[in-house]
Amino acid sequence: MKEEVRLMKGNEAIAHAAIRYGCDGYFGYPITPQSEVLETLEALMPWETTGMVVLQAESEVAAINMVYGGAASGKAVMTSSSSPGISLKQEGISYMAGASLPALILNVMRGGPGLGTIQPSQADYFQATKGGGHGDYHLIVLAPATVQEMVDFVALGFDLSFKYLTPAMILADGIVGQMMEKVVLPEPRPRRTEEEIRKQCPWAADGRKGLRKRNVVTSLELESSRMEEINHRLQATYRQIQENETRWEEIDVEGADYLIVAFGSIARICTKAKEIAEEKGIKVGIIRPITLWPFPTEAINRAAQGKKGILCVELNAGQMIEDVRLAVHDAIPVEHFGRLGGIIPSPQEVADALEVKLSNKK
Amino acid sequence: MELQDIMREENKVYSKPVLLDEVHMHYCPGCSHGVVHKLVAEVLDEMGLAEKTVGVSPVGCAVFAYNYIDVDWVEAAHGRAPAVATAISRLWPDNVVFTYQGDGDMAAIGTAETIHAANRGENIVMIFVNNAIYGMTGGQMAPTTLVGQKTATTPYGRRIDLNGHPLEITNLLAPLAGTCYVTRQAVHTPAAVRKTKAAIKKAFENALAKRGTSVVEVVSTCNSGWKMSPEAANNWMTEHMFKEYPLGDLKNQ
Repeated sequence: MKEEVRLMKGNEAIAHAAIRYGCDGYFGYPITPQSEVLETLEALMPWETTGMVVLQAESEVAAINMVYGGAASGKAVMTSSSSPGISLKQEGISYMAGASLPALILNVMRGGPGLGTIQPSQADYFQATKGGGHGDYHLIVLAPATVQEMVDFVALGFDLSFKYLTPAMILADGIVGQMMEKVVLPEPRPRRTEEEIRKQCPWAADGRKGLRKRNVVTSLELESSRMEEINHRLQATYRQIQENETRWEEIDVEGADYLIVAFGSIARICTKAKEIAEEKGIKVGIIRPITLWPFPTEAINRAAQGKKGILCVELNAGQMIEDVRLAVHDAIPVEHFGRLGGIIPSPQEVADALEVKLSNKK
Repeated sequence: MELQDIMREENKVYSKPVLLDEVHMHYCPGCSHGVVHKLVAEVLDEMGLAEKTVGVSPVGCAVFAYNYIDVDWVEAAHGRAPAVATAISRLWPDNVVFTYQGDGDMAAIGTAETIHAANRGENIVMIFVNNAIYGMTGGQMAPTTLVGQKTATTPYGRRIDLNGHPLEITNLLAPLAGTCYVTRQAVHTPAAVRKTKAAIKKAFENALAKRGTSVVEVVSTCNSGWKMSPEAANNWMTEHMFKEYPLGDLKNQ
């Protein structure tokens, strides 16, 4: 197997990318619109080739705790789900953040709240970027806009989560999960050997080989001064991640009068909306946050200098807009445009919103 | 003969297991956990499993089991130990993985994980300490609390109409095709302790031989939670608990 060009859905691509990354285990539970991840893995039978474990758990709760166990033993493990299932996983995610464990979690978002709908949404932005579960923590949150990024972010997510020992989330939406695109699958790399794992993860609970000092993976500490220390250590890690790992894409920001800030597949609709607006003489730049946490606060603040306004386009009622307003200190008008309940706006709708909410506003 | 003449290495018939740490346990005097911990450590010692064992501790009194038995540990969320153990066992098939859980962990909040791990026949050992009460949180009703038993949340005694029946989770696990060994023991007398040790040993042998899931329930006392002296707690257990939870093998394949 080498690098390969294929046409496939984002969800299928995730499965291929996981195997090619050298992922050790996937634990999941079916939920639309991401069940193809588990289905593809079961069909590819990686346990026969790379030795990767694939298991359909009895619930999302069990699946995330399998990920917790696998991660605690030093393995590169992942799960995937969609919004209601991700809510169920939050306790386990918080435990992994608390125990400083690496893992990859994919959320292919659908509309909520509650059971909601199975159509695309970006309504889990708050949940993904502000912690999600209990306690003071952040996930590294990657927002793919293409099927190619679905693939690329599997490796990036795992690498970052092992580098900083904290879980990473790919926050995708139903569009990028379900649509088919051309994608380049990377050359496979072998799974780490047990020796390599023991070297890379000297903290892992993998059996006291050589009768080394025992390893205990826990998020429990009843002595509050030590618990505060642990919290300070986590916060220091988050600051490092903010300094080193903030990622975003800029399109024609220089010379624009207005900015659109959008993430995920909606950012692609916004590039077309930008063309429509420019036909009317409205100069628009786009900033697409790639990491939603850490959020590209500085980049947006820089880009906003001298602009007349910012339109945040999100498939929700206005979530990322809070971070954008914080980034620019409300120095210029920041407006939101979004569709809810699984509706995807047309480029024309976005361009119209830009006019109505910003450029035509007196 | 002086005492010093007797206390020689060659006369030694018993010593603390190597894998049991030289520390004070947080368990109350009279609690069964200490004895069960010692048995687990002893069995792991004798079977030479120190280098390949991972324990999964629960939420409950045994949450700190990792402070006492010298193997690698993962502390699981409440009820999720069997799921955590499932992954470690599958990802490190040469290792032996066991969970150590209480009644609330295993038979209330973790019922789904317990039943499904056993039903998949995960090659793990589940040590289940059933003391019919939530010890760590201060003596509330457990799924295994007896009818009429007073707890912090059943101050007038457990009522069937209000609280339902005691859940015999071990009886539910025995018929599952994934389990190979399901037994109910106790540690209230030296003879019972020896039987429990044999049961724990058999369970770890099953895990090594990949025969499926083994469950060792230990009907136990919680004298603090029950508000009894250790001796009275042992008597109460013998008189009342063993009627609901009779000792013996439920399955031995």
